[in-house]
Amino acid sequence: MQNTTIIINGLILVLLIISFFKNRTKTLNALKIAGKSLLKLSPTILSVILLIGIIYGLFSDKIALLFGQENGVIGFITIAVFGSVMHMPSLLAFPLAGSFLLEGASISSVAAFITTLTMIGIVTLPLEVKTMGKKFTIYRNVFSFIIAIIIATLMGVIL
Amino acid sequence: MKDKMMKKNQNNSKKSFIFLSIVIFITLLILILIPEKSSLIMETSYDYFLQMAMVFPAILILMGLFSVWISKEFVMNHLGESSGLKGIVVSFILGALPTGPMFIAFPMAQALHKKGASYTNIVIFLSAWACIKIPQGLVELQFLGVKFMLARLGMTIIFITIMGIIINKLIGSESLKQNR
Repeated sequence: MQNTTIIINGLILVLLIISFFKNRTKTLNALKIAGKSLLKLSPTILSVILLIGIIYGLFSDKIALLFGQENGVIGFITIAVFGSVMHMPSLLAFPLAGSFLLEGASISSVAAFITTLTMIGIVTLPLEVKTMGKKFTIYRNVFSFIIAIIIATLMGVIL
Repeated sequence: MKDKMMKKNQNNSKKSFIFLSIVIFITLLILILIPEKSSLIMETSYDYFLQMAMVFPAILILMGLFSVWISKEFVMNHLGESSGLKGIVVSFILGALPTGPMFIAFPMAQALHKKGASYTNIVIFLSAWACIKIPQGLVELQFLGVKFMLARLGMTIIFITIMGIIINKLIGSESLKQNR
């Protein structure tokens, strides 16, 4: 993770320098655009960061409970909804999901959890609305939820 | 016309600040009411903040450079309405590059959209960013096995593409009706 950060920053710095030598006005313009979007997006991003902390802090220890008393369709949907609301790094999510599989959780519920967790972000909704608009955000998240359910069900059938 | 835009922008940022104040208020409330959770909440937020602070400025500069150097024609050719299969493949590759948390992807999607990328390709880009990361795939492989990983990956690629095409149709037909 640390390495990617260094590579990204280094790469963009190089691009910025090349751009500066090629055309100063354009480069200054680019920086202006960057500064403006930083100002525009910061409050929303700070909100999202706080929301992630709250949701994770309040609910992370409830996940195991959810998989423990898994019952039928309702349990499955609950897990999918939970995955949509929750936000956690995949480095943590996969080991956790793996341990649920070992403890006897069904493949489809584990798949539902991971797929909704990665694809749908209730907490990042404010940012998505701000950048892509309301309509797009609603469509994308609703459809993502539906395909997460389909993928998870199919996983249960295939494996 | 420009005045109207300015006003809209101001309204938007006002809304974001109101939203932020509400979130801060809720956070404080929770920290006070449930003190035993406060360290976990603060730690998590702080981790995400650091993660964001380390890449976000660079990504925004990249977006700035993108908007001054890359022409609209270029983006439309490669990711626009008529880019077809090529556009889909390019979007998957762009999204799967290992570049960090989801909230960086939204400003990038916005920049691509402004330059004429189709909704199909933006949906694919965002979804691939969210769930087809190479490092993420390796962790999944390690903890959930090769069968699980490949089955989920394959189906995700198929369904993301279908979703992208459907959303493009839905939004496209609506904006035609409204004659935006």
